[in-house]
Amino acid sequence: MDELSLYVLDIAMNSVRAGASRILILLEEDEETLKFSVTDNGCGMTKEQVEKIKDPFFTTRKTRKVGLGIPFLTMLAEGTGGYVNLTSTPAAEGEHHGTKTEALFYRHHLDFIPLGDMTETVKTLIQGSPDIDFVYRHKTPIGEVSLDTEELRAVLGDISLSEPEILAWIGGNLTEQYQNLRR
Amino acid sequence: MKSLEELLAIKAQMQEKVAMRKSSGDIRIVVGMATCGIAAGARPVLNAFVEGVNDNGLGASVTVTQTGCIGICQFEPVVEVYEKDKEKVTYVKMTAEKAKEVLEKHIKGGKPVTEYTIGASNI
Repeated sequence: MDELSLYVLDIAMNSVRAGASRILILLEEDEETLKFSVTDNGCGMTKEQVEKIKDPFFTTRKTRKVGLGIPFLTMLAEGTGGYVNLTSTPAAEGEHHGTKTEALFYRHHLDFIPLGDMTETVKTLIQGSPDIDFVYRHKTPIGEVSLDTEELRAVLGDISLSEPEILAWIGGNLTEQYQNLRR
Repeated sequence: MKSLEELLAIKAQMQEKVAMRKSSGDIRIVVGMATCGIAAGARPVLNAFVEGVNDNGLGASVTVTQTGCIGICQFEPVVEVYEKDKEKVTYVKMTAEKAKEVLEKHIKGGKPVTEYTIGASNI
């Protein structure tokens, strides 16, 4: 994968499959680093699962025998001198269950890959799971881009966020926010 | 600016159309969006279908959905087309360009693009 936004998409898909109803995607950039985190209220994982998760031969899926997402991300983050941090509380252990995956990259390292198109990633997530609440925030030194599907839902009522017209509006809105930042 | 007011206006325009849509949905396009699919380039394929359906006004009869890994990772991006009373068509190693062609020839034209399907021998 040649852009970080694809890794963000892949990690957020884990949250979707974990049955989350709310997923927070946070990107924080400064001169030195780029950090992203995906926090969900899904089913969570046990300590044993969290320990195994960096092993590419571990997966909970049944269609193939290897899990790829977290090992890929870890390789990439550590390759720039950064890290991946994963914390999780399984549903069995209480009300506040879910998983947080955090990855930090050093931007000036030769192996840092560009962030790429976050707008496409956010659109793809909403298209696939229009009933999940996504909160997207991207903080940069020159300003912030954000989107909260709960606000959009309040406007839209019973019209699904996955309707092509709505997705087009979401894409346009994020693109404009990014353009305003660069101005 | 793509404001919430504009969203409200879109909503108003859509309300009638959506009521109609719920009764149909003859063709379902399913794009594999697991790690294997994403790594192979499924995101632009999915968005090409979503935009194509919108641009061609096919929303009433065509839905685009996502699925996980279906177990043929080496052929990703994989796209399945389900149509009422017809056999499922599985497209493999898709690109956004091929997606546009499939939309034109298969979804609109009714003829599967066999050279991109899993049955084609030159894949």
